[in-house]
Amino acid sequence: MLSKREKKLIAEIWEKLTPVAEDIGSDALLRMFASFPGTKTYFSHLDISARSTHLLSHGKKIVLAIAEGAKDISQLTVTLAPLQTLHAYQLRIDPSNFKLFSHCMLVTLACHMGDDFTPVAHAAMDKYLSAFAAVLAEKYR
Amino acid sequence: MVKWTDAERAAITSLWGKIDVGEIGPQALARLLIVYPWTQRHFASFGNLSTNAAILGNPKVAQHGKTVMGGLENAVKNMDDIKNTYTKLSVMHSEKLHVDPDNFRVLAEVISVCVAAKFGPSVFTADVQEAWQKFLAVVVSALGKQYH
Repeated sequence: MLSKREKKLIAEIWEKLTPVAEDIGSDALLRMFASFPGTKTYFSHLDISARSTHLLSHGKKIVLAIAEGAKDISQLTVTLAPLQTLHAYQLRIDPSNFKLFSHCMLVTLACHMGDDFTPVAHAAMDKYLSAFAAVLAEKYR
Repeated sequence: MVKWTDAERAAITSLWGKIDVGEIGPQALARLLIVYPWTQRHFASFGNLSTNAAILGNPKVAQHGKTVMGGLENAVKNMDDIKNTYTKLSVMHSEKLHVDPDNFRVLAEVISVCVAAKFGPSVFTADVQEAWQKFLAVVVSALGKQYH
């Protein structure tokens, strides 16, 4: 469960990262594709090489959605409703992959934030990304 | 047997050469106990773990973190036979310590986050991360091998 303080911290972090959404998102995706090659199977229709237009725009999309959810975490199910439908009926990404992406996002944040990615921020972020993934998969079955 | 490319071997040994076991080890163990508090179940004898500050300042946590991280040295030195290198440790974790082997995977993830925070994106690139995580995955698998 996320405390009030943690929700505030998460919202602050993602607000700061919104201007660099492209960089953060594409970095996390690139790391996921390198470490977990099976995840590439969902992107056979795109060019996902480093700094490609597709990778940058897709990374940006994902980060902006995560940042939007962070603005009011108690409303995640409402905020993510359209994305829930998209993932359940069209994309049908196996939800185990959300864990892999979340881990790579934590690594990206650690790289980007260094010492500012404190144990408290790490714990809060891990909880938030888990909650985000769980809500995203809610309509799957 | 695990196949390592030359690039992976180089990445792992280079990164290991930069890692200060006495620095990253304590950080990683403290983070494990903070981010996944249920892991504290294995450390009842460590004294005060009741707050993040207590965990971060706990000397037993620091010492043990250093020990655990230092244990990776054997894997780096024996990259082509990690499984056998960890047979005794695996037996110990299973039969004496009763640690759920999934915890090894979780600690490995936390170690990677600590390493990322320490070295940043120019050192801990996507390819270095891949090699490092593959290395840790082999260690994790070896530690879980003797569980029956």
